[in-house]
Amino acid sequence: MADMNYDLIVIGGGPGGYVAAIRAAQLGLSTAVVERENLGGICLNWGCIPTKALLRSAEVLRNAKHASEYGLVIQNPSFDLDKVVQRSRKVAGQLNGGVKHLLKKNKVAVIEGEAKLLGKGQVAVTKGGAAVGTFGAKNIIIATGARARTLPGLEDDGNLVWTYRKAMTPNTTPKSLLVIGSGAIGIEFASFYNELGAKVTVVEVMDRILPVEDEEISAFARKQFEKQGMRIITNGKAGNLRKGADSVTVAVEANGKTEDITVDRVILAVGISPNTENLGLENTKVQTDRGHIKTNANCQTDEPGVYAIGDVTGAPWLAHKASHEGVIAVEHIAGKHPHALDVRNIPGCTYSHPQIASVGLTEKKAKEAGYEVRVGRFPFIGNGKAIALGEADGMVKTVFDAKTGELLGAHMVGAEVTELIQGYTVAKTMETTEQELMQTVFPHPTLSEMMHESVLDAYGRAIHF
Amino acid sequence: MTIQILMPALSPTMTEGNLAKWLKKEGDAVKSGDVIAEIETDKATMEVEAADEGRLGKILVQAGTQGVAVNTPIAVLLEEGEDDSALAKAAAPAPAPAPAQAQAASAPAPAAAPAPQAAAAPAPAAQGGGRVFASPLARRLAEQAGLDLKAVKGTGPNGRIVKADIEAAKAGGTAKAAAPQAAAPAPAAAPAAAPAAGAAPKAAGIDAKDLSDKLGMRYKAQPNSSMRKTISRRLTEVQQTVPDYFLAIDCELDALLKVRSDLNARSKDYKLSVNDFIIRAAALTLKKFPNINAAWSEEAILRYDHVDISVAVATPTGLITPIVKKAETKGLAEISNEMKGLAERARDGKLKPEEYQGGTFSISNLGMYGIREFAAIINPPQACIMAVGAGEQRPVVKNGALAIATVMTVSVTVDHRVADGAQGAEFLAAFKKLIEDPLSMLL
Repeated sequence: MADMNYDLIVIGGGPGGYVAAIRAAQLGLSTAVVERENLGGICLNWGCIPTKALLRSAEVLRNAKHASEYGLVIQNPSFDLDKVVQRSRKVAGQLNGGVKHLLKKNKVAVIEGEAKLLGKGQVAVTKGGAAVGTFGAKNIIIATGARARTLPGLEDDGNLVWTYRKAMTPNTTPKSLLVIGSGAIGIEFASFYNELGAKVTVVEVMDRILPVEDEEISAFARKQFEKQGMRIITNGKAGNLRKGADSVTVAVEANGKTEDITVDRVILAVGISPNTENLGLENTKVQTDRGHIKTNANCQTDEPGVYAIGDVTGAPWLAHKASHEGVIAVEHIAGKHPHALDVRNIPGCTYSHPQIASVGLTEKKAKEAGYEVRVGRFPFIGNGKAIALGEADGMVKTVFDAKTGELLGAHMVGAEVTELIQGYTVAKTMETTEQELMQTVFPHPTLSEMMHESVLDAYGRAIHF
Repeated sequence: MTIQILMPALSPTMTEGNLAKWLKKEGDAVKSGDVIAEIETDKATMEVEAADEGRLGKILVQAGTQGVAVNTPIAVLLEEGEDDSALAKAAAPAPAPAPAQAQAASAPAPAAAPAPQAAAAPAPAAQGGGRVFASPLARRLAEQAGLDLKAVKGTGPNGRIVKADIEAAKAGGTAKAAAPQAAAPAPAAAPAAAPAAGAAPKAAGIDAKDLSDKLGMRYKAQPNSSMRKTISRRLTEVQQTVPDYFLAIDCELDALLKVRSDLNARSKDYKLSVNDFIIRAAALTLKKFPNINAAWSEEAILRYDHVDISVAVATPTGLITPIVKKAETKGLAEISNEMKGLAERARDGKLKPEEYQGGTFSISNLGMYGIREFAAIINPPQACIMAVGAGEQRPVVKNGALAIATVMTVSVTVDHRVADGAQGAEFLAAFKKLIEDPLSMLL
């Protein structure tokens, strides 16, 4: 017999799970969340949020270092690493408390421990090996997320070789750092430590950094990072790690040559692995594909009444994708008609300096998909606000279907673009054409004017360049 | 033992192809080197030659089948002395892949039908029964497809019509609806009405779109590409302004086919097609008939120094005519190899303007479709176009008795302002002579 029965049990309290639970409560479902560590998940505790706090410290430091360019006098700006990390932890802690409060307000039960599916709508929860209880649920949402991937020979040790968790709670600023992997996570850490004065080398196995971004944006960002003193090795393969007392030597193979790179610390950012172990999936019909749980458009697995959302179901591994899937799953459970999630309308952001943000198809992908495209570009140097901010490096690129005027993709690099991309995302979700974007009034002076100009440029009408 | 004929890889990168056409029927005798089928890849149409001798026992993959994987058995060849019973013993044929014809199968969705009683062109959504909620993109797609938004069911928030709904409506419509521009029988208007360069000529008389909308006929509007507009403008102009005449002649091909087979057996550096011989023969003939290798202008007839032959190539987007330049100076192998390159680039849309602009004479060959003869429209400002039909075995009378010969009908459409009928006829007769006596091409 179950200790308690719910309409819905959500396994995992990250940005997918807790949003799903709150939406379920709104729809009148009795709901519980099982969380083994911290409400808010990796995103809030060990990912998106604390890294944004760290990067903000780096940004303030950078601005202080450049104070004289703004006519300000700040003598020898420097930092206290412990306090930078403390601030980041405090931010995470504050939001973790916020999620607890939101769940309580919505009368969502929080069960601390690890969940295991027993089949037939039963979930067993244990904590530290001890049984917490067995719970029944008409529906179950698996929202267990993912963790940093390690490769054979490339394993973290929490001391010389870090993954994200250690990288955001360092006890020392490495003088030199090797970042393996140049996705959003790798690039953000590279940018952070570069700003703190570390000599940073990034190794990427693909032929360009940020490989999911538009090629032009990748190339632009790379140039900016190199200007800041970063070393970037593409088409590079990191060999086994040879550890010294306080250093690591890595044989990096690139373009037919092998080079030994010795650094104080190594950060591994080579992708993620889904958390599907010890979940009791074998007690259900849930199917996986290369570790990720297979789901349909309504986030249903192959087991009736069991849904899966977020990172555990596959790319893109983004908090906002998980949250949306959480809402879709719950609305489907509640018999509503959830909105379909179009992966082309999910924006992606990298909070390095410069920032990178995009939504939809890259120019190359659009062409490969058979579209005849119109491409617009606008550089930050043509924007008054960018110049006033002292942030004149960047660009906004838009890709349209030449036949229909559909906005296929938007790609940005430069200051604050992570805040700007939402404009294009709304436009894409509303299915606007170039006409509405041209007719929209953008406030002057703002960086957003570049979004207007890029659209105009796609049709040969840019004003300020 | 029966011999399985496999889908060949016509290029190192080819993984599959479309079986465009069988040139031999079941039961036909096949000699080594005979072209038995035509295979179409994304790049080109190529011929499949038999490697063995025998009789075509059974065709396993029918003409028109798309996406046939390389090395799939496509036919069974019976060796000498074998009869059909050997077929039964042959390995069971692999099932032919389903032809990709999904669009023809879908049932028409009622939602897509424009209201038949609508007397005028589709009314803007704001008229009549209140506001239609549709995304801007959906509105534009509907306009481009000629769909009435009122007849489309919206699945977006609060029933808003979104892109997916328009696509569903389009897919649900009758698949074979005529494109409106194709249907209008446009009677020739006064020559003075020649349209301005750049604009597609407006069909005079009955407007297809107007009529179709009035009668509630369903169609899909295929927007005119710039290539289609160019084809439309130039050919309409020719039909309206050029006084042309048509001549046809039969050419026996057997001698040419033998020469071709002999030459092809000699080297792997070239693979001559019948069309290569036609280009060569036309070039040599035109050199002797400068009055045909010419163009009309108001002040003078321009007789060109060189023979630059435009060869019509069908591409996925439309007709284009890459040019074999100074063809009178080129041998068969050179023409053949150059033509292969041009045709491939034409199909890939990679021709440079200088490769398709400025020919002096055109050849259009529809023989591969089994067309016996046809009248081509002049490629302006050239004075003459040659239309080549299929080479096929026909009964002929020789010395008062019936005989069989491989015969190809060739016709020309000639600008009468440039060359009179007798001149056109002399040219065509001289061409026939070269084709029927191919060794004289060496002279």
